[in-house]
Amino acid sequence: MTASEEVRLHISGLRKIYGLGTSSEFEAVKRLDFDLHAGEFACLVGPSGSGKTTLLKMIAGLMDPTEGEVVLNGKRVDGPPEGMAVVLQEYARSLFPWMTVEKNVELPLRVAGLDKATREERIAEALGAVGLEAARKKFPWQLSGGMQQRVAIARAVATHPSVMLMDEPFAAVDAQTRGELEDLVRRVWRQLDMTILFVTHDIDESVFLGDRVVVLSMAPTVVQDDIKIDLPLEREQLGTHALPRFAELRKHVYEQVQFAKTNPGGIHSSTDERRRTV
Amino acid sequence: MRTLRQIAIWVALPIILIILWWALTARGASFFVPQPAGLFSKFIDVWMGERLLTDVLPSLGRLAVGLVISTIVGIGLGVLIGSVRWVRWLLEPLLEFLRAIPSTIMIPVLLLLIGINDTMKVVVIVLGCLWPILLNTIEGVRSLDEVLKNTADIYRFKGWPRLVFVTLPGASPLILAGIRQSIAVGLILLVVSEMFAATDGIGYLIMNFQNRVAIPEMWSGIVLLGILGVMLSAGFQLIEKRILRWYYGLKEAANDS
Amino acid sequence: MTTVSQAQAAVAQSKRRYWWHKYGPLTMGVLGIVLALLVWQVYAVFGPVNRHHLPPPTEVIPTFLRSLTLSEFWVAIGQTMTAWALGLAISIVSALLVGLVIGSSRVLRVWTHSTVEFLRPIPAVGLIPVAALLFGPRIGAELMIIVFACFWIIVIQVIYGIADVDKVARETARTMRMGQVDMVKYLVFPTLLPYLVTGIRLAATVALILAVTVELIVGTPGLGHQVAQAQINDSPPAMFALIITTGLLGILINFVTRFIANRVLFWHASVRGEVRA
Repeated sequence: MTASEEVRLHISGLRKIYGLGTSSEFEAVKRLDFDLHAGEFACLVGPSGSGKTTLLKMIAGLMDPTEGEVVLNGKRVDGPPEGMAVVLQEYARSLFPWMTVEKNVELPLRVAGLDKATREERIAEALGAVGLEAARKKFPWQLSGGMQQRVAIARAVATHPSVMLMDEPFAAVDAQTRGELEDLVRRVWRQLDMTILFVTHDIDESVFLGDRVVVLSMAPTVVQDDIKIDLPLEREQLGTHALPRFAELRKHVYEQVQFAKTNPGGIHSSTDERRRTV
Repeated sequence: MRTLRQIAIWVALPIILIILWWALTARGASFFVPQPAGLFSKFIDVWMGERLLTDVLPSLGRLAVGLVISTIVGIGLGVLIGSVRWVRWLLEPLLEFLRAIPSTIMIPVLLLLIGINDTMKVVVIVLGCLWPILLNTIEGVRSLDEVLKNTADIYRFKGWPRLVFVTLPGASPLILAGIRQSIAVGLILLVVSEMFAATDGIGYLIMNFQNRVAIPEMWSGIVLLGILGVMLSAGFQLIEKRILRWYYGLKEAANDS
Repeated sequence: MTTVSQAQAAVAQSKRRYWWHKYGPLTMGVLGIVLALLVWQVYAVFGPVNRHHLPPPTEVIPTFLRSLTLSEFWVAIGQTMTAWALGLAISIVSALLVGLVIGSSRVLRVWTHSTVEFLRPIPAVGLIPVAALLFGPRIGAELMIIVFACFWIIVIQVIYGIADVDKVARETARTMRMGQVDMVKYLVFPTLLPYLVTGIRLAATVALILAVTVELIVGTPGLGHQVAQAQINDSPPAMFALIITTGLLGILINFVTRFIANRVLFWHASVRGEVRA
C-alpha cells in the first residue's frame, strides 16, 4: 500500500501563543506546515517540550490556534471535526469505566446516529482487528493496561476515521506490551487502509512505525526535518530492528532530535526569540 | 463458620446492651426510661395498627415527595451550574448564603406563607435536602476527568447523549453520596416540621404523647424514628452498591495495582 | 495587512479573556445577589402572595439593620452561639476520647461496628421531646440534642481516621523502626487530623441547625425562639431579619472552620485542591 496524492490533513502556518497580551506570554508553536496524504502513516517526533501536546490539541480541534489553520478533508477545523478519531496516552482515563468494552466502542457510533446492524458490524470488525472479541462484556478496569489501550484503539478504528491521531499511545505501557501494540497498529493500519498521524517522543518507535517521520524542534516549534522511511512494508519487532537501514534511519532521526533539543524555533531561530511579543 | 463468626460479632454488643438495659430497669422503670419488654409491646400497640396508615404512611409520603423533588432539582441545577461557568459565578455567593440558613428556621415563615399542610412540609424538606445533592452534583460534574471530557469532545458528544452517557454517570458516585446525606437530613426536617405544626404524622404524634406525658408511647415513637433512619440508610446503601458496581470495581482495581 | 489586524484582534480578545478570568467571579457574584434581591422585591410587591406575610427586602433589610442596635438581638445571638459552642466542645472532647479508645483496638472496632452503624442514622431531633421533658426550656435541652447528633459525626470520623493510620502504620513503621512518641507525632496525628477536621466542620454546621431547631420547638432562649416570638407577634419582617441573621452566622461558621482547616491542613491534598479550584 502506498500513500496517494489525496491530501487528508492540511496544516498551514499554524501558530500558538499562550497568554497573548499578558506578562506570561509564551509561544509554544511558531510556524507549522505539513500535509498528510491518504494512506500515510506519519510519525511526529520531538523532544519533550517541543509543543507536541499543543500541536495535537489544535489538530484535534480541542484548542484554537493563534494563527494559521488545520484543514481536514477540505474543511477548516474549528472544534473536534467529523472524520477524526484520537487515541490518547492515558488509556485508563479515556475509557468510560461505567461501560463494558463493547459499549465503549459502540458509544461514538450510537451518538453519530448509525443503526444497530451497522454498529454491530463495526464493533465486531474493530474488536476483531485488535483481538479483543473475548473481552466484549468486560469492564475496562478488569483488563490490563495494554488491553485497555487496545479497546481505545478499537473505539477509534470503529468510527472509520479518515485520519486517526495517536498521542503517545504506548508511553505508559511496559516494553513487552509496547512491542505487541506497535505490531498491532501496523497491522490494523494496513488491514483497514487507514491514515495515521502518530505523535511520540520515542525515536525507535517513530522509525519502526512510520513510513514518514516529521521531527519537531523545541518550543517555539517548527518542523525540523521530514524524513521518508524506506523500510519494507512488512515489519516485525526483531527483524526490522535488526536491519542496517533501520539503524541508519534511527541515527539520522536521533541526530535531528538532538539538534532540535538545542535549537528552539528551528535552525534560524535564537533563544532570545522565545518570549517575543507580537 | 466464617459467616457464623461474622454474625456473632455483629449481634454480640447489641445483645449485651439490651441485656444491660433490661437488668437495669428490671426493678421498675424510672419515669424517663422505659423497660425493653414494655417498650416493645407498646411499640406494637401504638404503631402497628391504624396509625401505620394514618400517620406513618403520610409522613413517609411527604419525605418521598420532598426527596424526589430535591433530587430532580438538585441534579438539574447542579449540572447547569457545574457545566456553565458564568452561571456558576452568578449563583455561587447566593447559594453559599442560602444553604447556610438552617432550614428548620424557615418553618414559621412557611407556615404563614403556605399554611399547615403537606406542601409546607415538602417545601421544608426540599429546602434542606436540595443542598447536599446540588453541591455534590456541581462537584461531580466539575471534577469529571479531564481526559474523559476530552474524549467526549473528540467524539463530538453533545447535549443529551453527552449528559446521559458521560456527565451523569461520571458524577454519579458523588450525586448518590449527596442523596444519601439528603435522606438523613430529610427525615430530620420531616420530624421537626411535624413537631412544629401538623395534624398527623410521626413527629406530630411524638410531640402529642409528650404533651400528654405518655412517656412509653413517646419512646415508642422515637424507636420508630430510629428504625426508619436505619432502614432508609441501609436500603439506600443497597441501591447505591448496585448502581455504582463499576465504581467499586474500579476502585478495587486501582488499589490492587 | 490582514495578519497584523488579525494579531491585534487576537491580543485584544486574549486580554479581555484575562480580565474576565480575574474579575468575572466577583462581578457575576454581586450581580447574582442583586438580581435575587430584585426578584424578591418584585415578587413580594406584585406576586400572588400576601404582602404582609412576605415583606420585600426594602422592609426586611432596614429591620435587620435596626435590630443590630438592639441589645436583645445580640443577647439572642449570644445564647444561640453559647449552646453551639458548648455543644460542639462537649461533642469533640467526648467523641475524641471514645473514638480513640474504640479506634486504637482492632477488636473493639470490629465488635462495636454494628452498634455504631446502627446508632448513627437515628435522627437526633426525635429526642427533642425527651430533652424538653428532662430540661424544660433551658440550654441543657439544646446541649443534649447537639451532643447526641454531633458525637456520632465526629466519632465515626475518628474511628475511620485511626483505621487509616493502622494501614499506613503497618507499612511505614515496619520499615522505619519508629518509637511510640514518634509514631503518634509523625504518623497517628497527621493521618487522623484530616478526618477529625472533616468531622468537626460537619458537626459545626449541624450544631447550629440543631441549636436553632430546639429553640424553635422547645422555646429555649436564642434566635430560634425569637423567630417563634416574631411569628406570635405577627411580625414577618422581624422573622426574615432573623433568618438572614442565622444565614450569616452559618456563613461565618463555615468560613471560620474552613479557614482553620486550611491552616491546620495546609499540606493535605484536599486543601491544596481547594486552593487551586
